[in-house]
Amino acid sequence: MVQDDKKESTDCCGTEPSPAPCDCNTPATPEPMFATTGDDKVCCGPQTAPPSGSHERPGYRLWHFVKDFIETPAGPVPLVKTVLNARDRLGKIRVRWGIRRNQYQVAPGLYGVGRPNASSPVLVTANYKLSFDTLRSQAGVTQAWILVLDTRGINVWCAAGKGTFSTEEVVQRVKSSQLERIVEHRRLILPQLSATGVASRRVKKECGFKVTWGPVRAADLGRFLDAGMRADEAMRRVTFSVSERITLVPVELSFLPRYLLWVMAATFVLSGFGTGVFSFQAAWYRGMLMAVALAGGVFAGAIVAPILLPWIPVRSFSMKGAIVGVVTGLVIAAALRDQANSWEIAALLICTAVISSYLAMNFTGSTPYTSPSGVEKEMRRAIPFQAGAALLVPVLWVAAGFA
Amino acid sequence: MKDFRYLSGVSTLTLNQEACTGCGLCTIVCPHGVLAMGESRVEIVDHDGCMECGACTQNCPTDALVVTPGVGCAAAIIHSWIKGGKPACC
Repeated sequence: MVQDDKKESTDCCGTEPSPAPCDCNTPATPEPMFATTGDDKVCCGPQTAPPSGSHERPGYRLWHFVKDFIETPAGPVPLVKTVLNARDRLGKIRVRWGIRRNQYQVAPGLYGVGRPNASSPVLVTANYKLSFDTLRSQAGVTQAWILVLDTRGINVWCAAGKGTFSTEEVVQRVKSSQLERIVEHRRLILPQLSATGVASRRVKKECGFKVTWGPVRAADLGRFLDAGMRADEAMRRVTFSVSERITLVPVELSFLPRYLLWVMAATFVLSGFGTGVFSFQAAWYRGMLMAVALAGGVFAGAIVAPILLPWIPVRSFSMKGAIVGVVTGLVIAAALRDQANSWEIAALLICTAVISSYLAMNFTGSTPYTSPSGVEKEMRRAIPFQAGAALLVPVLWVAAGFA
Repeated sequence: MKDFRYLSGVSTLTLNQEACTGCGLCTIVCPHGVLAMGESRVEIVDHDGCMECGACTQNCPTDALVVTPGVGCAAAIIHSWIKGGKPACC
């Protein structure tokens, strides 16, 4: 049964698993799954709403993506729509901006698309609603079961890395959904990227289902199934196209306000110091100059560097960010040359470059190709320079107030 | 992903060919084509393409492949430097 109550926010680090949704009893006699508008004519007033369907349970609300239910030997299973509606699309935009992204989840368990039967394939996915929505809308599969794991609302690849999309979870979910009573075959199709967390031979040993590694992208599933569960080279490889990189920009930006507010507060305070002890006018005027440099650094490091990523001719991300940051800083310095003295110009340029360098370096966590060993190596080299430059900025800035 | 190259010579991935049974599972799960089937055993064909995700080691039946998997995110690594322990989630 679909559960729509708000679970408490779970993140990846050590929170207790949420309780499993209840196993609602199957009605003994088959009833219509959705209420029919039969003989409920009323004498007057507007038409009354149809009577409750057998799928309704006290305390639960049906998700909008559930179209119908199908009876199985293990009870009714919700059938989901394969077209996203406005709510799904708005939700996608919202989480892409990092808003309540950790609570965007669907109830784990078994679902279906089309009218699956005992020989339909079983597709396994994460309970991050974006993953679930992508699968049901893009797979291009006419009939399939969808087994949603409890990955605490985290996408397939990250959940596999964090250990919530795991061998144990696959085994446990196959058992709790009584899959062996619903399908006659013994095969699960897992997304290739979940291999980081799932050992296929242990799944087979512990629940009797054999893992077939599906393609990286849900959109290739239809062709994968049509080709007799064979993936070609392209289906097996991760990509990082311009559009995929642009998609990541808003969420990168969404992490920043909490830090930038503190930086801005410090900037306005430092900007006020000068020959006249403290000037509110200077705090405002010079503070705004620095705000331009901060904004320029964010623009360069969190927007331009990710988009231009493969075309910036160095491999280290901190250097990619520094290059874009220096260029942006020079543009800002040129634009503000009449408003600032040379100490200030130097501070603005360094500020833009160092912020851009750090943000670009942090973007390594969002790419699908940087190794942690590489990131650590680059950080050991880059952070002393970044820290030194970051300290130089307030020193130059305060000194400029006395120049 | 040949357009995207990160630092070379850093991946901790190692392959013990003696232990490899040639099942080829690692060549299926690797998202970057780092491994390929040789005559009867697997070979590392693009070591610098490895991002240390750990999919191959997780699915190797004889532990012929070894890698130190982890999070490639600067904020998490800084956090682990300060607080100690392994880099966790971002």
